[in-house]
Amino acid sequence: MNSPADTSRVTSAKIVIAGGFGVGKTTLVGSVSEITPLTTEAIMTSASEGVDDNNLVPDKATTTVAMDFGRITIDQDLILYLFGTPGQTRFWFMWDELVRGAIGAIVLVDTRRLADCFSVIDFFEHRKLPYLVAVNCFDGKQLHEINDIRDALQISHDVPVMYTDARNRESTKQVLIKLVEYVLSMRRTRTVGVH
Amino acid sequence: MVLGGDEPTGSLVRPYAVTRGRTRPQLEIALEALVETTARGRSGQFLGGREQKVIVDLCGGRLQSLAEIAARMEVPLGVARVLVADMAADGLLAVHEPTGFDADGGDESVGTELLERVLSGLRRL
Repeated sequence: MNSPADTSRVTSAKIVIAGGFGVGKTTLVGSVSEITPLTTEAIMTSASEGVDDNNLVPDKATTTVAMDFGRITIDQDLILYLFGTPGQTRFWFMWDELVRGAIGAIVLVDTRRLADCFSVIDFFEHRKLPYLVAVNCFDGKQLHEINDIRDALQISHDVPVMYTDARNRESTKQVLIKLVEYVLSMRRTRTVGVH
Repeated sequence: MVLGGDEPTGSLVRPYAVTRGRTRPQLEIALEALVETTARGRSGQFLGGREQKVIVDLCGGRLQSLAEIAARMEVPLGVARVLVADMAADGLLAVHEPTGFDADGGDESVGTELLERVLSGLRRL
């Protein structure tokens, strides 16, 4: 295709960073982002919620959902965004927009609160969004074996599970690289038509 | 019992005052879509209001995503989306849509090429 201007080739992509409240999503985003993580807010009105909880509490007609995100310039024409999911998984309406077109997701896990990410993993599996599990090692302690975590989460053996330190740039970088490699390998398998 | 004075429903309306109450954008713009000020936008002759001036300045340097515009202007995402869509329709801004990676959509080869670029970019970090 003949592009009239250089900027017409400019595009962006995103990776979703999910996990329970307080697990370190914003820390992870901040460790590699070229900007201090920003917060964007979406307003949900009762009209868009679709459940009747609000009928009981008429003065809670709107809810603000906040998402933190960061940015990595990959090259001149390509910018990668890292979007942290809202802490509360009940705001699924926002998740639809977050995962649409995403490369994949990182599920950040605190082994002390594994159950926090069950619904997140369900959601990604339902939406067929590739994801990996990154176990955030607080204070550098690896309390559990990877296989035990895999079993507890009941995820397929294909899904990468790895330790990370969300505060550490190099560590976060390795997690992002692993996710993109995983997505690429899934595509190659699909194209070759194995199975 | 109904308590007065809290004006609980006020928040429904106020964020959208700058869009004159409109909540539906003329164009669906992704969170991560990149926005760039056009020459027409830069000329400053066709701007309507303070918000448009802010956005034109914001996107006149390096490209900004819709999410960045909303965050930096401290307005909800939906408000930024309406403002940007209006300005794009008026030729003040150019919107570069992201490359989607949905499992069953888009051109496989384009997606694969882009993933490889992301990968080498991350390795260079």
